[in-house]
Amino acid sequence: MALMELKNVCTYYGNIQALRDISLSVEEGEIVTLIGANGAGKTTTLMSICGITAIRSGHIFLDGEDISRKSPHSIVGMGLSQVPEGRRIFPQLTVLENLDMGAFLRNNKELVKADLEEVFELFPRLAERRNQQGGTLSGGEQQMLAISRALMARPRILLLDEPSLGLAPLIVHNIFEIIKRINEERQTTIFLVEQNANMALKIADKGYVLQNGSIRMADSADRLLANEEVRKAYLGL
Amino acid sequence: MTRKHLISELRASLFQAAWFVVLLFPFLVMKVNVSSGKASVIFRWSALPVVAVSAFVLSFAWRAALRWNERRGDKVKVRTPLSKVGELVRSALARKPIRRTAILALLAVVAVYPFALGMYHTNIMITALIYVILALGLNIVVGLGGLLNLGYAAFFAVGAYTYGLLWKYAGPSFVAAGIDTGWLFWIALPTAGVITTIFGILLSLPVLRLRGDYLAIITLAFGEIVRMVLQNSSSVTGGATGISLIPRPWFFGIRLPPRQAATYIYYIVVVLVILTVFVVRRIEDSRVGRALEAMREDEIACESMGVDLARNKLVTFALGAFWAGIAGVVLAAQTTYINPDSFTLWESIMVLMAVVIGGTGSIPGAIGGALLLKLLPEYFRPLAQYRMLIYGIAMIVIIIFKPDGLFPRNRKHYTFVGKTPSDPAPGVEK
Repeated sequence: MALMELKNVCTYYGNIQALRDISLSVEEGEIVTLIGANGAGKTTTLMSICGITAIRSGHIFLDGEDISRKSPHSIVGMGLSQVPEGRRIFPQLTVLENLDMGAFLRNNKELVKADLEEVFELFPRLAERRNQQGGTLSGGEQQMLAISRALMARPRILLLDEPSLGLAPLIVHNIFEIIKRINEERQTTIFLVEQNANMALKIADKGYVLQNGSIRMADSADRLLANEEVRKAYLGL
Repeated sequence: MTRKHLISELRASLFQAAWFVVLLFPFLVMKVNVSSGKASVIFRWSALPVVAVSAFVLSFAWRAALRWNERRGDKVKVRTPLSKVGELVRSALARKPIRRTAILALLAVVAVYPFALGMYHTNIMITALIYVILALGLNIVVGLGGLLNLGYAAFFAVGAYTYGLLWKYAGPSFVAAGIDTGWLFWIALPTAGVITTIFGILLSLPVLRLRGDYLAIITLAFGEIVRMVLQNSSSVTGGATGISLIPRPWFFGIRLPPRQAATYIYYIVVVLVILTVFVVRRIEDSRVGRALEAMREDEIACESMGVDLARNKLVTFALGAFWAGIAGVVLAAQTTYINPDSFTLWESIMVLMAVVIGGTGSIPGAIGGALLLKLLPEYFRPLAQYRMLIYGIAMIVIIIFKPDGLFPRNRKHYTFVGKTPSDPAPGVEK
């Protein structure tokens, strides 16, 4: 059974249909990427999964349970956490406080502390800056913080929305390597929404191509990378 | 300031002075004189140069100040004589023995205050301390939760009226039963807390999905609705005449004369302020407080962390409202008379101003702001007619030159220790 599954999800903003019958599935332990151009509905898909944007029809399953009508906070409690688009760290809270917010729903202090150490190991830079206010970090550091914050919830599946947004190529590379490491070392399933199709497909197992609110293509990442249409439209080759 | 800047500033000031001359000409120079049924216009030309020169000087001073402020922002920190004193005080207070002595001295001053200064000053201080409780409560909503509440006086009113109505309807039976009516205050205090908390929750329900301007307008409307209801349901609340002869709290069954009663209320309110500070501090450091701050910073991110936003907002309003209710009971007990006019929009704005001037989100800020806004006008009575003008100017000056408020929140002291081999510019945080 797939860890996360979307079945015919339709989302509207007022009268405008943003998502048309989206169906996709993510198996446990996979990295699955959703690529597409601006305005294709990538972020809407993610917000719909998280319950922040209400869906009009269809179903979303997490580990077999229907979460499509659940509130955002209870979805987080079920082991799904997201790194929202544009990072959205808490600028006036310190790095440590930001991470603490990530573990908001967890009660076991010992385990949270262990996770904190693990996160600091993953991003040594954050450990250096633990007492600094989030807003004073650089873009790359903020992205690291956003990812770490989401990891602090110990999610079974981590949703990332454009982690490459506004970052220098070298840092993007770095971030993607860490995403891969998180997947391998912690066995966290990853659902990655990206515009940078090249980078995303390189680390992913499976990919979906979103266009105008509907899934255009679904295939293994390797095959999508080789696909002529994808190469032309999204890889600029 | 470079010479080029100076010239351009002078020119701009000159231009503004000219504009002010034109603008104020009809008000300050022309005067209509009505004598024996005939109107004639008198031109007071002597006022013209005064307007011109003062407009020029003020404009130039303002521009220079703005420029200084801009340049100040570039530097990490500017050391003015005032900031040096502040630093000195802060470093002295950081030392434990000094801090303990300072707190003891403060407590001693607070304790002897009513005996040293008499009833008049005690009453002023009680009013000011009531505002401190209000500001601390509003600070939870505005400072921590980031939810603008312009109807805060409504909760204040609900608190005061809880006591007032309790007196009006339960008082006679107390008297008939021979029970001391002074006890009513102690019954009203927790009752008002509960009732205003319920009101806070009720208000938060319709505003759960609102933020910013919309929230401000709804809360403003709520404040007015409460006031209007109190004013117009005369059969229940006494309408515009209000409720009078509300009993003061009595000291263990002893009926105190006004002077001692004021002293007694003073001590009660001091204890309440200390309690408020203690509780607000605990909230700030708690999980709830952290969630409130996160909500202020970013609602979507907050939701993604698993915070129940709706519940969070509910808690914010309820916590804020609770303290307003407590303050309301004390107000009713102090003045022994309440009517809806004490709870206008202006009161809400005053409390908000205290929070902003003191420093949004800062406990010392809320205390300092409330004391300043309440005490200064009392001791500068001769300037009473300029009060609004002074408040306005103070507000503008503080927002431009000290946006964090007079007593900004001191978010833990951060020093950067450790190496940053990869980073050329380590951020030194304070």
